[in-house]
Amino acid sequence: MKDGYLGVDIGSISTKGVIIDDKNNIIASSYIWTEGNPVKAVRQLINNLKKDLPSDYQIRGIGTTGSARKLIGLMLRANIVKNEITAHAVGTLTFYPNVRTILEIGGQDSKIILLRNGIITNYAMNTLCAAGTGSFLSSQAKRLGLDVNEFGKYALKSKNPVKIAARCTVFAESDLVHKAQVGYPKEDIIAGLCKSIVLNYLNNVGKGKKIESPIIFQGGVSKNEGVVKYFKEVLNEDIIVDPNSHLMGAIGIAVLARKNKVGHVYNLEMTNVKFDTKAIECHRCPNNCELLRIYRNNELVDSWGSKCGKY
Amino acid sequence: MTKVSFPLMGDYYVPAKFLLNHILKVEVIEPPFISNKTIELGSKYSPEFVCTPFKYTLGTMIESIEKGADTLIQMGGGCRYGYYANVQKEILDNLGYDVRVINLVTKGQMDIGRIYRLLKEIDPKVSKLQTVYYSFLVIKMVKYMDLIDDYIRANIGFEINDGEFLEVRNLMLNDFAKVKNYRELRRLYKDYFWRFKKIKVRKPDNCLKIGIIGELYTIMEPFSNYFLEKELAKNHIEIKRFTTAHYLLFEKAFKIKKYIKYVKKYIKYPMGADASDNVARTKYLCEHGYDGIIHIKSSFCTPEIGAMPIISKIAGEYDVPVLFFSFDANTSETGIKTRLEAFYDMLEMRREK
Repeated sequence: MKDGYLGVDIGSISTKGVIIDDKNNIIASSYIWTEGNPVKAVRQLINNLKKDLPSDYQIRGIGTTGSARKLIGLMLRANIVKNEITAHAVGTLTFYPNVRTILEIGGQDSKIILLRNGIITNYAMNTLCAAGTGSFLSSQAKRLGLDVNEFGKYALKSKNPVKIAARCTVFAESDLVHKAQVGYPKEDIIAGLCKSIVLNYLNNVGKGKKIESPIIFQGGVSKNEGVVKYFKEVLNEDIIVDPNSHLMGAIGIAVLARKNKVGHVYNLEMTNVKFDTKAIECHRCPNNCELLRIYRNNELVDSWGSKCGKY
Repeated sequence: MTKVSFPLMGDYYVPAKFLLNHILKVEVIEPPFISNKTIELGSKYSPEFVCTPFKYTLGTMIESIEKGADTLIQMGGGCRYGYYANVQKEILDNLGYDVRVINLVTKGQMDIGRIYRLLKEIDPKVSKLQTVYYSFLVIKMVKYMDLIDDYIRANIGFEINDGEFLEVRNLMLNDFAKVKNYRELRRLYKDYFWRFKKIKVRKPDNCLKIGIIGELYTIMEPFSNYFLEKELAKNHIEIKRFTTAHYLLFEKAFKIKKYIKYVKKYIKYPMGADASDNVARTKYLCEHGYDGIIHIKSSFCTPEIGAMPIISKIAGEYDVPVLFFSFDANTSETGIKTRLEAFYDMLEMRREK
């Protein structure tokens, strides 16, 4: 039997999973939409992965990352639960050991990670606003009647991108509507949108950070050729986009799961495990904490959200 | 009888209540602890883009008025804090509460004569001698509390039995509230320091050390920084913090010039509030082998916004990572945890190499 390690990255928009072997080769991978239900998405993800997994592999470690990492970590009984910043850095470093800058734009957040000699030296994450992230792109694609996947190709067609006020998603949207009503062609608007994402990212997250090459661009938005093109243009540097860029977080957490393995063999039979969450509000003090209680096979495994620590 | 209350900040309500109880013949109403209700009330009636401490203090004020208070004491000066008392009085008037709001600090300075006059307004029979005696006693009490907190902050992350430090600290605060004279206070302080030293800790020599700097209220009121220090202690980190009540009220005036001289390469003039202090502290932390710096402020805190680029520059020169946090009334707790976790991972990785 050979050893495999599962990494799951549950983001706000998409759920990614990979299984790697001892030498960090990807054996199976899957990328599906979260659709607001991480538990269901992960069940489907595991089923997809199981189909691709050769029968002579056994899972020796599980790691979870992304915004639903804690919940899914409990569900899968993961041996490591880590934040997405560390996971992305570790994942990228396994393929590009001398990377200096990682630009990452995901569904809901965007980050920049600076590295030197294979260690993180600084990082930043968007704080208050989601302007210039994947969810903004996908909602705008919908209003223009396009699929997000075609967005990049459209943007490349344009020779004259329009300028869009992109400091804020709401203002950007009204500006976008205005430009469309005035009569600008669709591809110019889309190109302007892609460019505005780049400028917004650099002004907001990348502010005050020294961006040095080699630069790697990842996260769901890195699949958009338009954004990549404008990053190259604005930074005047080469941007590397790995074919597995959308899976980097999952790979990183799988690598970490391998490094922290406990020797236990995991079973991927998910369908017969019952997993429920119950939300209640506690009224014992004026804090009115929202408590989330998590049940696995009707047995309480954890409860979150209390300020006093009673639960 | 006049019923006096004051906004909360950390555990300093103990000396504040002690002082008021001893010098004024008034009923002191202890403000309720800050909870989600406090901040909801505060945000509801505050201007939207005011700094967050305004919202917290306004919320506590309303809650203590509901408990029966009719005179509220507010401290603060140096930046927008100086206007809090007046603006809050206006807001409370508009809400229909008939209360008096008194600001003890003017232009960022403690003017003893003025404070005495203000106290006389509350209680005309206030005794000069007693006021002086108990003021000095309370200054000492605050100093002792801060010294003990410094020790706790450096060690709480490494305690073997969880919660031991906080347990002893609560006992200490209870006893401090009951002291009668200077000698008793000093004896209690020595006793408790000894008890804290006896608490077993498992502290490695090369543990991670983080300095916390930033805007004063957000630093000192744990609810408003989402219990950041507790979160750090869980990860076994030694914490250093400079801003304390004793520093702000009695040391700052003498130290500020020295601080500006220390960082004269970067700043020339005082930048208002604690901004120049924080610049100096950044340099101090960088030079004394701290692994990282966390800078926290409330949203819209103007002096700190001015200090942030200088702090990044200094930290960049010394190659020490800085994490900036800006807390508002409705910041997502998960976001804070993710960033802190990543910061902690980064420091660990840097150590390993």
